[in-house]
Amino acid sequence: MRVAVASGKGGTGKTTVAVALALAATQEVQYLDCDVEEPNGQIFLNPKRICQEAVTVPVPALNAGLCNGCGECGSICQFNAIVALKTKPLLFPELCHGCGGCVKACPQKALYEQNKTIGQLTMGGCGHISYIQGRLAVGEAMSPPLIRAVKKYLRPDCLNIIDSPPGTSCPMISAVRGSDFTLLVTEPTPFGLHDLQLAVAAMRELEMPFGVVINRCDSGDRRVEDYCQSQQISVMASIPEQRSIAEAYSRGETLLDAAPAMRSIFEGLLEAVRLSVAGRAA
Amino acid sequence: MKIALTTSGENLTAPLESRFGRAPRFLLYDLATDTFELVDNSRNLNAAQGAGIQAAQNVVRAGAASLITGHCGPKAFRVLSESGIPVYLAESDTVAEVIEKFRNGSLPRQEQADVEGHW
Repeated sequence: MRVAVASGKGGTGKTTVAVALALAATQEVQYLDCDVEEPNGQIFLNPKRICQEAVTVPVPALNAGLCNGCGECGSICQFNAIVALKTKPLLFPELCHGCGGCVKACPQKALYEQNKTIGQLTMGGCGHISYIQGRLAVGEAMSPPLIRAVKKYLRPDCLNIIDSPPGTSCPMISAVRGSDFTLLVTEPTPFGLHDLQLAVAAMRELEMPFGVVINRCDSGDRRVEDYCQSQQISVMASIPEQRSIAEAYSRGETLLDAAPAMRSIFEGLLEAVRLSVAGRAA
Repeated sequence: MKIALTTSGENLTAPLESRFGRAPRFLLYDLATDTFELVDNSRNLNAAQGAGIQAAQNVVRAGAASLITGHCGPKAFRVLSESGIPVYLAESDTVAEVIEKFRNGSLPRQEQADVEGHW
């Protein structure tokens, strides 16, 4: 089973929830840290037996002697990574999505692919949890290829928990796509509600099943709950505000370290997700 | 000779738009005939990235010989300079005032980008 933990707004508690879910699970877990611009699951999980590998994307390079300036490469690129105004192309590899279209389109075979490192994968383990992290290299803008590299480690035989980047743009979509269920973590504030609505719109556009987790549920107002009710969105879990959780978090300790009694919330959440996924499959 | 100026307005009394890549449109002014036309750049307003590159291509395709804007980032500058289009920077006066300064030769020509990308 693949469960993505996402949010619209940043800082609502995606990693807190994802880590607590992983720890509360009784089966083998793969924790896929796809929040590649700020991967911080390892702070809480402390994986051991670390190994790392570089992730590259193919970007075009020009053999200028073969180019006749026809401009085909520039017209096929949808990402402004090649500018060819009837001249030899200007390449902007930092904008390249690595689709390879330009290389195929070039009638002169003047373009070829070169590998460019965009980040690295870190793998390790802690107890029943295998931890796989993507970390985008400083200065790189293109996280989806790295997120897809993390997701190559998805395994069908265990619980996969995907810690998604915030927002509702390509990185978040790349992380949640293909999940059996997505948990949208929010907080009961106007910002939380506003960005939750965007995340809900994204999930509906993708036609993917999702539910909401309200973190610090007793800290704000009722508008998130009212919204979920009016939209017939299931609130799968509510996590009360507790200062000791924030204090533990700031020391790199998990929610379950600070509030062991809340384990049942996450066991219940996992069970609810499992039932929902099973119900859909049946 | 035609010069492109960034603007959010639609005539010579509108202010110069300080952004280049995300300027809503360009006013393409013909110095020989004192006439102008507008070139849409609105598709770039919400582009996640590459707005400057796309806008620079729009300027090149419009046939402008020079560009006057508020700021210009490195990628856009590279496209413009490879296409032989000099970049001049101006304050946000009206487009008409900026054109006058250009005619007087009082606008500085940029040798390089003056801001980082996504400033």
